[in-house]
Amino acid sequence: MPFNAGRPTTRRALLGQAGLAAAAIGVAKARAAEIALPLPSDPRDRAITDAFPGKRAMILQRTRPPLLETPLSAFNESVFTPNDQFFVRWHWAVIPQIVDVASFRLNIHGHVERPEAMTLGSLLGMRHVELAAINQCSGNSRGLFEPRVAGAQWLNGAMGNAKWVGVTLRDVLDRAGVKSGAVAVRTHGLETPVVDEAPRFMKSLAIDHARDGEVMIAFQMNGDQLPVLNGFPLRLVVPGWYSTYWVKMLSDIEVLDKPDDSFWTKNAYRIPDTPHASVRPGETGYPTVPINRMVPRSWFTSVAPGDRVPAGATLPLRGIAMGGDKGVGKVELSTDGGATWAAAKLGTDEGTYSFRRWTAEPSAPASGSLRLAVRCTDTDGRSQPSSPNWNPNGFMRNVVETLDLPVA
Amino acid sequence: MPFRRHSTAPRRHAAGLLVAAAALLLGAGSASAADAADATVSGGGVTLKSAVVTLPSSDRGFPPGPHADAIESNCLACHSAGMVLNQPALSRAEWRNEVTKMVKVFKAPVSDQDADEIVAYLAAMKVDR
Repeated sequence: MPFNAGRPTTRRALLGQAGLAAAAIGVAKARAAEIALPLPSDPRDRAITDAFPGKRAMILQRTRPPLLETPLSAFNESVFTPNDQFFVRWHWAVIPQIVDVASFRLNIHGHVERPEAMTLGSLLGMRHVELAAINQCSGNSRGLFEPRVAGAQWLNGAMGNAKWVGVTLRDVLDRAGVKSGAVAVRTHGLETPVVDEAPRFMKSLAIDHARDGEVMIAFQMNGDQLPVLNGFPLRLVVPGWYSTYWVKMLSDIEVLDKPDDSFWTKNAYRIPDTPHASVRPGETGYPTVPINRMVPRSWFTSVAPGDRVPAGATLPLRGIAMGGDKGVGKVELSTDGGATWAAAKLGTDEGTYSFRRWTAEPSAPASGSLRLAVRCTDTDGRSQPSSPNWNPNGFMRNVVETLDLPVA
Repeated sequence: MPFRRHSTAPRRHAAGLLVAAAALLLGAGSASAADAADATVSGGGVTLKSAVVTLPSSDRGFPPGPHADAIESNCLACHSAGMVLNQPALSRAEWRNEVTKMVKVFKAPVSDQDADEIVAYLAAMKVDR
């Protein structure tokens, strides 16, 4: 199966193959099964865990409800993120640990002609579609915000790319018969809060978005059924939009004839309605909107903070890029801290919403450091900004990533 | 007195809640866990097989310090300690904001006095190293 590569080659080994010395300083700690994330301040140490079902070598951010981050090595291996290293993020602690496919039902109700409690057999019998798409947490890279903000302290691994197979939400809505006057489609899954009075996690999409033919109810991920922790048996796939909309263990679809005024849409997951969702620390009184489309980003995957490069050596670099809700137009590399840029070579195009691999072969200087920066521009011409955005929730980071590699 | 957050102190688990909830949610008057685990559903060339998993619980506790009992007894029913211990240095006002959100928005049943003590504990907690 093409998506599950074997044992990952380590970053150090890759550099070694290229005949380069690499000393990982400050990234891999001496203690086994622990990692120090290159965050701006402590605490940086996290456990590496194999304790979760269907998962291996994940960065443990929180045990319960689970927050598991994908290590950088997984992104270096393949354009598609292996299911057993795909990131995990749950809101509430009551997560079913038994999912019986025979008794499971997907309820479609609300402003429809024919409400239905669909069996999985009925759903599987509908027309299948396939799409490659990145699932990225709204707060991915929150740990890099300065000033630091409260929340899950992710590095860059609260994201993953997969080939999803499922049925379109439009086909399911058409089967139920959406009544005129429908304005939104609200979904929730089987996770529930410990405290009954707490707001159950649910999200909604505008009716036209829900019926765009791309939003999918997925039952396969990279050729297999979904891991429980990624939402088995069904999860919503909302291509180009942040993961908060990708409801896991999807069990309920409600068509609304008025805007969704529930907590998770009206009060949570909102961003400043400003360029790059950015405000000044301490600023108040700005308008907000629900977080929505993703924006261009790019990363180095074959090198990390602390690596050293030999003087004058040619360095085979690689990484990944995403356009957000558009495709990747181009990826550019700078070796002088962002003063000048040159196009990187793009890998296979797996689709608008997928990661795209990039490679480049810069030369290290004779002394000092190799001051790398990588920048993605989407197919509409929007580029990553050169200075970081900031907002109190730590959402939507997409600044140009930089990396200074000392010359050995 | 300031104290450090690094700790391996064991603590009580709330695992019973999880087990009971899973049974309630998916038992749903249908087959036993063993039968459910064997079930498959097929269509359109795809077969899905029932899933039975066990989610781990955390043995990470809060380090000792003034009012550690308040955070231990109120917070761990809904989330493990790691979420708190992985936070960067936050101000007392920021911690107050987090505790208030847990109580007012997420309906954690925490008394006003306990909430004050939890904020005091968190504000005094030193980031490790």
